[in-house]
Amino acid sequence: MTNAFSNQWRGLLESLLHRGSAAGANLVEVFLERTDHIGLLAEQDQITSVNPSFARGAGLRVFRSGRDGFVSTNDLSEAGLMRALDQALAMLGLEPQQLTMPTAFEGLKGLTDHGLAKADWLERCPSLDQAGQCLLHGTAHLERLGQHLQVRRGSYARDWQEVLVAASDGTFARDIRLHQSTGLSVLAANGDHRSSIGRRYGSSDRPDDLRDWDSEASAAEVCNSAGTMLRADYVDAGQMPAVLANRFGGVIFHEACGHLLETTQIERGTTPFADRVGELIAHPAVTAIDEGLSGGSFGSLSMDDEGMEPERTVLIKDGVLQRFISDRAGELRTGHKRTGSGRRQSHAYAAASRMRNTFIDAGSHTPEQLIESVDQGLYCKAMGGGSVGPTGQFNFSVEEGYLIENGKLTKPVKGATLIGDAKEVMPRISMCANDLELAAGFCGSVSGSVFVTVGQPHIKVDSITVGGR
Amino acid sequence: MMTSSNSLNATDLRDRLQTLASREGIRRWDLGAACSDDCSVQVDRGEAKQLKASQRSSITLRVWNNDGLVGITSTTDLSDGGLEQALVGAHAASQFGNPEEIPQFSPLATAPLPELERPLQPRQGILPLLDTLRDAEADLLGRHPAIQTVPYNGLAESLSQSLYLNSDGALRQMERTQASLYLYARAEESGRKPRSGGAVRLSLGSSGLDVQGCINEAVDRTISHLDYRPIETGSYRVCFTPEAFLSLLGAFSSMFNARSVLDGVSLSQRDSIGSDVAVPFFNLHDNGLHPGHISAATFDGEGTPTRRLSLIEGGTLRNFLHSEATARAFGVEPTGHAGLGAKVSVGPDWFVVGSHPQVSTRNNLDHRTESGPFVLIEDLSALHAGVKATQGSFSLPFDGWLVNNGERVSVEAATVAGDIRSVLNGIAHLESDAEVTHRGVSPHVWVDGLSITGEA
Repeated sequence: MTNAFSNQWRGLLESLLHRGSAAGANLVEVFLERTDHIGLLAEQDQITSVNPSFARGAGLRVFRSGRDGFVSTNDLSEAGLMRALDQALAMLGLEPQQLTMPTAFEGLKGLTDHGLAKADWLERCPSLDQAGQCLLHGTAHLERLGQHLQVRRGSYARDWQEVLVAASDGTFARDIRLHQSTGLSVLAANGDHRSSIGRRYGSSDRPDDLRDWDSEASAAEVCNSAGTMLRADYVDAGQMPAVLANRFGGVIFHEACGHLLETTQIERGTTPFADRVGELIAHPAVTAIDEGLSGGSFGSLSMDDEGMEPERTVLIKDGVLQRFISDRAGELRTGHKRTGSGRRQSHAYAAASRMRNTFIDAGSHTPEQLIESVDQGLYCKAMGGGSVGPTGQFNFSVEEGYLIENGKLTKPVKGATLIGDAKEVMPRISMCANDLELAAGFCGSVSGSVFVTVGQPHIKVDSITVGGR
Repeated sequence: MMTSSNSLNATDLRDRLQTLASREGIRRWDLGAACSDDCSVQVDRGEAKQLKASQRSSITLRVWNNDGLVGITSTTDLSDGGLEQALVGAHAASQFGNPEEIPQFSPLATAPLPELERPLQPRQGILPLLDTLRDAEADLLGRHPAIQTVPYNGLAESLSQSLYLNSDGALRQMERTQASLYLYARAEESGRKPRSGGAVRLSLGSSGLDVQGCINEAVDRTISHLDYRPIETGSYRVCFTPEAFLSLLGAFSSMFNARSVLDGVSLSQRDSIGSDVAVPFFNLHDNGLHPGHISAATFDGEGTPTRRLSLIEGGTLRNFLHSEATARAFGVEPTGHAGLGAKVSVGPDWFVVGSHPQVSTRNNLDHRTESGPFVLIEDLSALHAGVKATQGSFSLPFDGWLVNNGERVSVEAATVAGDIRSVLNGIAHLESDAEVTHRGVSPHVWVDGLSITGEA
């Protein structure tokens, strides 16, 4: 078998699918993967780490009566794949049978090859030397634009992935994915005061993306933020209104609400929204969307990891819950139709319903109107990371924050954490501005870490708990 | 050797690599390899939710080029073609090796390894695991009517193998078995917010897991929080459970990490050894060989033997954790805490917190008998988001109780905030009974004056 995935694999894949179907599986799915990754790190004015890595493997999943068994392996030989399939069948109490009787499997359809036009993407990406030079330009801009910088770092990652999906419902599809991300970060220190600020930029399917990166503008953004936060005081804790900036501010919707709209959460019984399609779950100002179609966005796909082409899914319209994000298992177990959202980090994970490009849609206000509407509150210009617990409680750190006093931004503040519960906070998003922007990120969940985009316009939350000192 | 379809043959791997390296003109190389064969189950209200198994293998390969610069590659393809691709990739990457910091083989890569009593345990297979987890879930659900689901659960067992080889003849290998069980229950009473709590158990084999202990702890951690109240924002005396304190300490482990010190992203400086960083009765060791450490390994990513290392003794910083390169920079021996890379990462194994035997705290606090007021923090969440390791600050959600006038009331959503340096210097007392957790060993730790934000 050649390295590239192609129609040459049809015979072996059909053998596997026949074998699984004959054993009594309702559905058998094979996911093949090859990856080629490069990571670079620049520190100060030196490339300090270059990490290429290669991987290949398969994930085989067998469904029967709502249950599924999943086996992953690095062994792509016929014997290795058969062994993995038999192990998955055995998990469900199934045994391979002699293929004397016809099965429900009628053979694979013609190959849908999304990767055909992407064959040269890997070669078109920047060389190690070019990527290193870009990063060094970035750290040089940091040095020139920043003050009190103790550490300057630039990072670049290029992830190339070729996948082939075959399933006993006839699905047979191939794709090539390309994700590139760059980041700049600094640690500024002045006496006892320290601030650490980082920004990441990412795209999919754009081999020239790094060459087009405006490292000077990125460095200016990071240095401005670091300089401001170096003189920030700790925020006072309490309940207050908050205005969250656009772009990465959308991480709160992603974590606090988006995850609760994945069918995996219905299966687990961990979403308060399971039976609320058609009901008001958010303020009427809120319309939220998950899609895999925006050109170049980090979460965009030609097909999901189950071979389905993505779609634009309106999750919430004017505050009313419309749809859930669903994959093959989600449709089987919850009845919510697949949305092209079956995603996984690699062959080592079974696909699950996962977000792609998820955002709150633009409203009609200007960002200034939101700030002017707040008497005393917090402006969250840049968000750090966060998480949501099994009961829907979320918390997010604010990387760059400012007090809002009498409708105006005043002092920078640090140490703020936004705490809340999706069910309670969604109805409090009372204003959305007209400046929707997206930002690249990584989302870790049941099927590993996947590329996503979060986003929103500036939004106002009428009241939220702010943790501080 | 591994009784699995998936195992590494160290001498075969070395011979193949040596042949390929000679062909490519590469004289100096080393590699870390790992393979594992594992399976896991999850259940949902009596039904198997997902059954998983995997066979994984991977290598990380470093090569030194003729200019002495180092390149690295990882691959999961252990065929001759895959190894050759990795060698060529590493050689190409070596053109960008950092001339200012060139890793070398660890001088201890052939030193004797410590004895580690970790007998391999037989694996049960996936269907017995499923039965065990189903029974555990049913038991847990039956303990209290408010417990409606166990949304996060899993039982897993694995057999894994690790290797380290280098072109100077070092050859390290070890095998281990491990099993894990986690149960996170969700409980809800009418008109009240849902509450969640859980427990984890690790063992060398699935038959040795303390399933009942895990169920009991998960039930207790869920049900005991059903009757919650908001807490007023303010400054409190806090008692951390061993697990919570170890979580916090782990999030700030860059304080002890020589790599982070050299990179300027640690709270410590090169000359911090010998400085006072905690109260004088506080001791901290890293001991990857502790009998309670189920995942113990006898060597690190560079082949250096694992050993017990004093980090803080009597409140004074004594040592950093080192790789070969950082140890060379500091003029000390590697400590057995390295990964394998072009820029080698360094990390702790297993923290052991204790009292200095000759220094009294002049306190006699006991979380079981103190009448308060104090906040008992049972578990900290979202450490990846709420910790600023380079600044020392943290702001973290927690599960816990407010104890006042002898009454213990679960705290509704709240966060605790502070600075790790203030915490270490503000420890009021270490209780006498240390507990072995899956994160390390620690007693309950009392700290005065931490900020807590609540919704009252």
